[in-house]
Amino acid sequence: MQNRRKTLKQSAVVAGLLAASGMFPQYAFAAFNKTAFEAKTLADVLKAMGAGAPVESKDVTIGGPDIAENGAVVPLTASTALPGVKQILVLVEKNPSALIAVFNVTDSVEANFATRAKMGQSSDVYAVAIMTDGKVLFAKKEVKVTLGGCGG
Amino acid sequence: MSDPMRIRAQVAGDRATVRVLMAHEMESGQRKDAAGKLVPAWHIAEVTATHNGKPVLTAEWGPGVSKNPFLQFVVKGAKAGDKIAITWKDNKGDTRTDEATAS
Repeated sequence: MQNRRKTLKQSAVVAGLLAASGMFPQYAFAAFNKTAFEAKTLADVLKAMGAGAPVESKDVTIGGPDIAENGAVVPLTASTALPGVKQILVLVEKNPSALIAVFNVTDSVEANFATRAKMGQSSDVYAVAIMTDGKVLFAKKEVKVTLGGCGG
Repeated sequence: MSDPMRIRAQVAGDRATVRVLMAHEMESGQRKDAAGKLVPAWHIAEVTATHNGKPVLTAEWGPGVSKNPFLQFVVKGAKAGDKIAITWKDNKGDTRTDEATAS
């Protein structure tokens, strides 16, 4: 049967061929994973990324404020000390599209990133580490968002 | 063309902490304008960082990253004087590259 994962694999092969033959100049360095960024939940995102079931791990850290006064700018950090990390994902569960950012880790950078995210409402935020051996580890933290003028 | 990025690379030991502030609207695609029409999404989709010309990090971003995005990462094996360059590309195909020297 032609399932989604197979299709993705095949299109990756085709893309690789195109890149090799120089037919693919625009997207040669990283194909934007549209499906993953449109997915609504953690499970859907991981499916779109082709990753397996996530396991909660204390080796992955997510950092952020307990209470964010301004949902438009919520500073988040995601890191892990484990070796062999392939990708770090940052997700906000209750956003219209859960996936915020994907960092492709190489040997030359630490698996430690900080960025700022938009949050529509109070929600759990996730840091997900996809390892080179296929393991998927995550950590979560609740961030409360105070909207409006009262400031908590 | 958009405004330049602000990049700072600080060396401590053999690693450099790179902080980047990009100037970008990061429209989420959820907001409506005065006429009630959805404002189409306009966000940075791909970010690439190079260290002395060697790619060290690529990132894919969705519209959920804040306006004028901030990014911090740590480059291993860096020393003062190294060049750190950041390139972003948004979903409209606009792109910008800026370079900074680690200190």
